[in-house]
Amino acid sequence: MSSRDLILGRLRSALGEPRPAPVEVPRDYRPAGAVAADVDLFVDRLTDYRATVHRCATPDVARVVDDVLGGRQVVVPAGLPRHWLPDSVDVLPDDDLPTGRVAAVDGVVTAAAVAVAETGTIVLDGGPDQGRRVITLLPDVHVCVLRADQVVATVPDALARVDPHRPLTWISGPSATSDIELNRVEGVHGPRHLHVVITA
Amino acid sequence: MRIALFVTCLADTLFPEAAKATVRLLERLGHEVVFPEDQTCCGQMHVNTGYPDEALRLVRRHVRVFAPYDVVVAPSGSCVGSVRHQHATVARRAGDERLASRAEEVGARTHELSELLVDVLGLTDVGAYFPHRVTYHPTCHSLRMIRVGDKPLRLLRAVRGLELVELPQAEQCCGFGGTFAVKNADTSTAMLADKMRNVLATRADVCTAGDASCLMHIGGGLSRLRAGVRTVHLAEILASTEADARGAGRDAAGVAR
Amino acid sequence: MTAPGRPAGATGDGTTFLGMPATAPPGVGHLRGDEPFPAAARRALGDAQLRRNLRHATTTIRDKSGAVIGEVPDWQELRAAGRAIKTDTMARLPELLEQLAAAVTAAGGTVHWAADAVEANRIVADLVRATGADRVMKVKSMATQEIGLNEALEAAGIEPVETDLAELIVQLGRDKPSHILVPAIHRNRAEIREIFLREMPGVDPGLTDEPAALAAAARRHLRETFLSTRVAVSGANFAVAETGTVAVVESEGNGRMCLTLPETLITVMGIEKVIPTWRDLEVFLQLLPRASTGERMNPYTSMWTGVTPGDGPQQVHLVLLDNGRSAVLADEVGRQALHCIRCSACLNVCPVYERTGGHAYGSVYPGPIGAVLSPQLTGVADNASLPYASSLCGACYDACPVMIDIPSILVHLRAEAPHPRAEAATMAAAAYTMDHPALYAAAQRGARLARLAGPRGRGLPPPLSGWTASRDLPAPPPQTFREWWVER
Ligand code: SF4
Repeated sequence: MSSRDLILGRLRSALGEPRPAPVEVPRDYRPAGAVAADVDLFVDRLTDYRATVHRCATPDVARVVDDVLGGRQVVVPAGLPRHWLPDSVDVLPDDDLPTGRVAAVDGVVTAAAVAVAETGTIVLDGGPDQGRRVITLLPDVHVCVLRADQVVATVPDALARVDPHRPLTWISGPSATSDIELNRVEGVHGPRHLHVVITA
Repeated sequence: MRIALFVTCLADTLFPEAAKATVRLLERLGHEVVFPEDQTCCGQMHVNTGYPDEALRLVRRHVRVFAPYDVVVAPSGSCVGSVRHQHATVARRAGDERLASRAEEVGARTHELSELLVDVLGLTDVGAYFPHRVTYHPTCHSLRMIRVGDKPLRLLRAVRGLELVELPQAEQCCGFGGTFAVKNADTSTAMLADKMRNVLATRADVCTAGDASCLMHIGGGLSRLRAGVRTVHLAEILASTEADARGAGRDAAGVAR
Repeated sequence: MTAPGRPAGATGDGTTFLGMPATAPPGVGHLRGDEPFPAAARRALGDAQLRRNLRHATTTIRDKSGAVIGEVPDWQELRAAGRAIKTDTMARLPELLEQLAAAVTAAGGTVHWAADAVEANRIVADLVRATGADRVMKVKSMATQEIGLNEALEAAGIEPVETDLAELIVQLGRDKPSHILVPAIHRNRAEIREIFLREMPGVDPGLTDEPAALAAAARRHLRETFLSTRVAVSGANFAVAETGTVAVVESEGNGRMCLTLPETLITVMGIEKVIPTWRDLEVFLQLLPRASTGERMNPYTSMWTGVTPGDGPQQVHLVLLDNGRSAVLADEVGRQALHCIRCSACLNVCPVYERTGGHAYGSVYPGPIGAVLSPQLTGVADNASLPYASSLCGACYDACPVMIDIPSILVHLRAEAPHPRAEAATMAAAAYTMDHPALYAAAQRGARLARLAGPRGRGLPPPLSGWTASRDLPAPPPQTFREWWVER
């Protein structure tokens, strides 16, 4: 007998006959669409977890990127709007760069799929303006640009908007740990600096 | 109202003052208290130590003895918790569905003292007088099993002369846990030490609670320390009156000598 | 191999031949301690530094968690939904696992089934060997600790590297984990600094005990490992049957490194981690971070569905582990222990855990959930002291984000535990006496006389001596209540 059949057989006999009655899941919590998104709350949550927030008009994104990463080398996904990048940064487009190459750059600029106000979370789904997961992981500075209308209120709102078949990365503040005396300390393996740029 | 007293084996044997105070209080409030003499023990110790089969006869007895009464009161959150939440389980485990549903009925009519006073009788001021600095330990089973909430505190706040001081980390277990205090005596003692430290920090004269078992545990520790803080059951405080305080031969807790 | 006294759930209608629920085998993994809880607890209680560390950490986390839970207006509704989803999952577990396996396979992943720890360890070691690698990096996972995967890999000549900071502290300190979420919770910053100075190659000798400095040291130490290791092993927080999506919730980014950089990813998950639908994640992703680290959301959550061409590992394996879970499922009362999402909230509020720490529980699953899960996974006889390692205060039940009624399971398991003969005789006699009011009244009088022999309860025979060692029993009253009632 295969282990698959063995395990499934064990589970069926564990449950017995008749099977336990089906359970209705009470979804009395706030579902997707129940709450309006509040960008100010999003900013507050991001700041609370030591992300740096910049709010600006769309044409000013390049200026913000210049402030954060001017003079440094930056990896970008192939589909990133070029007008977000100032001349002052050394742009390295990701065309399947080797891991070591990605690890050597100073920063990364991406867009995001959606963001959650209540938790201060940005979600990346590997779209053309966000790129492979590795490029937002190894550089020490991540600048993430999103439009205010990409901010939703709650976790259910965000899940309803993303495609489970894409690789998803939910990011809430810079890399951190609670492993030393259960205090949150920022800066372990992921990017130590997270900048979120919100355009009107 | 005719109220049946479920005295609990611990109060019956070791802490009769809490039970007598319950009788005095309810009679003072104009109610008739009856004591079904065939009662013994709810079986909680057996259930919680892993002997539900032995507990079954005690559940059967308890249900038979108290089934005739519309209102039952016990001066113990823990024993009420057992009656309300464990008796039916013990019966079902033994395959006795009829006993289980009768146990549920009895459980629904059984009240811890503060529940009876506040929910059933609609009282918070019971006319008590107790001129002492008092702190209240909310005992785990009163707090989390039967969820008496702030009813005991509301009753205590209405007691004249009583100065209520908040117990730090009040919701932490005192470490009694019945069989736990015996089987895990070291851990139980460590929990008790913290509870006593918090009681002493209040500089109260009296530590009260709705469960004689936890009070026995805390009181036993305080006595070993010769700390000078007394443990007094909530029922005894609520039963105390100005006449008791003035009366000769009684101390201020209303405890007969 | 069903535990004695446990309803197997088999019906004799022909389904049993496929396999009876089985407990986790002995001799492999870390579900059984070397000594009973009270003995291990006694030693832990004597360690003042340990108690200070635990008190500090559990107090911190309780406060943080309480604050962020207070921000959510629908916390109780989320808990109720979480409980119902898990109850529903367990009722349909075989079908959901088949659905999950099909979805993962369709997305390019490979699914393996492991009946127990031995088989799971063999599957993982074989998969690693097939890649030619002699080192794997690991994301913290309870399932792989449970089965003793690290030891099995070492025996196969493969070096496992723990990448979670707390696991690294434990591994470098040749220590054992003591908490589900923060395995090094028993260590304070000064102790961690000493471990790093002693064990971390090339560490800056001027390292301070600032948490940020310690975290930075771990970052430097592991960077090269992340970039050069070709195989990673992870656990899973959730796996969605509907889509085949696996989710890992973490903080440091070591998880992302392991889930993104290697060529081969092997995920070992307990079969109870499956959830039915994508939408169900909206409940658990709200419950878990607030209950566990006390954050609104943990820094990183990764989700993947099979293989994504050009992004991340191109060989993706999922090992579905039973190892006693079918035996837990067979117990109608105890099966809710399988609902656990490993948040560790019950540990953090437990007055017993706070004082003894996690090592006293023997198993990798400590605290209240460990006290109900370990004995069920192994059979109660192999962890017989654990169901008693609780005062039944109920704080765990209130804290649990999926509302597992741990106190009721503890009481239920105590009935299945083997009882000392003398205790059983005493309990039977006590029940008989208490069922006969006249005998009972006589016993009350007898107890009063006996108690007069020893002043204030001292000098009682065991087991009551355990109780009186540090407390006085009250002086026996002159009259029982029922004597007073008759006289009045
Ligand atoms: S039993 Fe509940 S509180 Fe404890 S770890 Fe599991 S989910 Fe968390």
